[in-house]
Amino acid sequence: MTTTLAAGPAPVVAASDTGTDPRRRRARLRERTAQWLFLVPAIGYVLVFFGYPIVKNLVMGSQDYTVRTFVSGEAPWVGLDNYVEVVSSSLFRTTVLNTALFTIGSIVGQFVIGLLFALFFQRRFPLGNVLRSLLLLPWLLPMIAGTAVWKWILDQDGGILNEALGTVGIAPVHWLTSPDVALVAVIMVNVWVGIPFNMTLLYSGLQNIPDELYEAGALDGATGGKAFRHITWPNLRPVVSVVLVLGVIYTLKVLDIILGLTGGGPANATQTLATDSYRRSFQEFSFGTGAAVSNILIVVSLVFAVVYLRANRRAVDE
Amino acid sequence: MRRTRTAVGAASAAAVVLGLAACSGGARADDATLVVTDTLSDTSAPIYQEVYDACAAEVGMQVQANHVAGSGLIATVLQQASSDTLPDVLMLDNPDVQQIASSGALSPLTDHGITGEGFPQGVVDAGTYDGDLYGVAPVVNTIGLFYDVDALAEAGIEPPTTWDELRAAAEALTTGDRYGIAFSAANTFEGTWQFLPYLWSNGADEDDLTSPEAVEALTFVEGLVADGFASSSVVNWSQNDVNDQFIAGNAAMMVNGPWNMPALEAAEGLDYAAVPLPVPQAGDTLQAPLGGEAFTVPRTQNPDKMAKAGEFVACVTRGEHQLAMATGRGAVPSDTEVAAEAAAANPVVATFVDTVQTARSRTALLGPDWPKAATQIYTAQQLALTGSEPPAAALERAAEN
Repeated sequence: MTTTLAAGPAPVVAASDTGTDPRRRRARLRERTAQWLFLVPAIGYVLVFFGYPIVKNLVMGSQDYTVRTFVSGEAPWVGLDNYVEVVSSSLFRTTVLNTALFTIGSIVGQFVIGLLFALFFQRRFPLGNVLRSLLLLPWLLPMIAGTAVWKWILDQDGGILNEALGTVGIAPVHWLTSPDVALVAVIMVNVWVGIPFNMTLLYSGLQNIPDELYEAGALDGATGGKAFRHITWPNLRPVVSVVLVLGVIYTLKVLDIILGLTGGGPANATQTLATDSYRRSFQEFSFGTGAAVSNILIVVSLVFAVVYLRANRRAVDE
Repeated sequence: MRRTRTAVGAASAAAVVLGLAACSGGARADDATLVVTDTLSDTSAPIYQEVYDACAAEVGMQVQANHVAGSGLIATVLQQASSDTLPDVLMLDNPDVQQIASSGALSPLTDHGITGEGFPQGVVDAGTYDGDLYGVAPVVNTIGLFYDVDALAEAGIEPPTTWDELRAAAEALTTGDRYGIAFSAANTFEGTWQFLPYLWSNGADEDDLTSPEAVEALTFVEGLVADGFASSSVVNWSQNDVNDQFIAGNAAMMVNGPWNMPALEAAEGLDYAAVPLPVPQAGDTLQAPLGGEAFTVPRTQNPDKMAKAGEFVACVTRGEHQLAMATGRGAVPSDTEVAAEAAAANPVVATFVDTVQTARSRTALLGPDWPKAATQIYTAQQLALTGSEPPAAALERAAEN
């Protein structure tokens, strides 16, 4: 079949009197077809695995989509009813606030600690590479296993953290069971998970800064803090924006850590948009409102994704 | 030549996509095999398999059992329902039966001659939707009060039977490194399930959560935590965690179910016993929630197989098979007579046999609306037990959602 495709049209072209023009046009057409055929798998993949779920989710957010729908296929259109129900629920303000605090807290913690580690590992010292790879562990660990261990560490009565604090005279903290502290504890664990990601990207960013800049800077008296401010930071900025934006998108949708540690409790103190969407869909079987919550989440993520793409384009343009 | 290669490459790339699209659907079992989907663990599966085999032989079929994790069952069922690949026999946790039946995915068991006769009312209620019976649970469970026999003997107290006694016992049993009682008040349906005996036994119902009786029930439980007789960690404990705490000696009593018996037996140096949960006042009737998995017959395209599946379910849920399943899993046989037999063999089981007789189905009152009420109940409990709101306000706020 492919041979026909490649050789078939040739005699027709030869028989024609109009010269080389149509032949070239055909050749170009053929090449373009080939190019498109190469794109088909990628486009198909994106449509099937990204496009369809997102469109489906958008549509679902405006449907009364319940258990019944899976059998009968009927999902009455309800317009914005699901969004009204979600936004007017007394839980919505809590989840939005928690999502914001969780994201900001996690990002700040992960970034600052990740950057400090990256700077630290820039120095060459024995076992430096080994230590750096060990720091990747939180990333490699299955999240559910990680949270199980953290739950044990943070246990208020016999947890190792409270035992340690006790030896220096600090009263037991109700890490996961007090609505005032639980969000902090969950952020703490998410920071632990996020450090390797931040450290790795920032470290490779640091590696790309030419040593000559520091040498030249040192001649002008820029060392230590000054070198960081005037050489390291400006050169690291593109990497920093990537790390931050990807971090935000990743953190907004964190589900497993919260489910594993507190399940959104106590008293909804750690309920975020992501956990609320999960709860509505898979515990209450109200798939319509669950989809509505996750659509809100998608829009928020999209804003950051656009910021990321624009920042990236500017970097390329420069 | 180069062009040919380009074309070949493009064509094969397109072929891969087509190939992916063409690849769908799995092999279905043949007409002589009943497919059973259940949520059994590795330890319970062999016990049930014997019953499955016996019943399959009785109805003249083969049987093939697929085990799914309980947490993933509903998702699996919904996916199968939408792709028309439901199994011939489906095991469902009893509060999910009405939900799935309301979707139209199940066939009424009365079509297959199963009427629920001989089963306690709670079991029949749990399997009934809109007047038709859709599921029958061969073995059931509920919760009771487990206690450390030595700890109670040391403190010189009898197992409590009323709320006042429970409170007093919890207080007396609380020492420096041990709480009097442990229970689960997690923000999951487990937390709801454990609160129901207080709610129901006090005369409150899930359709009116702001009633004075409901407030009284929540106030009682909240008091146990507020006064330090139970750890404030209860808001984050699953029932498994509660069992671990009890075995570790961190609590002298616990609210839990008979399915923990294998683990409790295996715990060294632990002398435990169980009594029915205390009631508000002496003479009140205990109303605990009814647990257990029901067998159902999904609607499929094959009426002959559905009939066979009906016969199979009738056989699996029959009294003679209940005892084997109950003993193996730490559960109570549904049939009253078989249950009495099990009770005679084990005093701990006897406690749960008693409670099951008056146990109530979670979905009897609200049907498919139960998950919403269940969410309100655990939310209120969380608000109260963490001290965020006083009990009355907690119930009101939870009911708003």
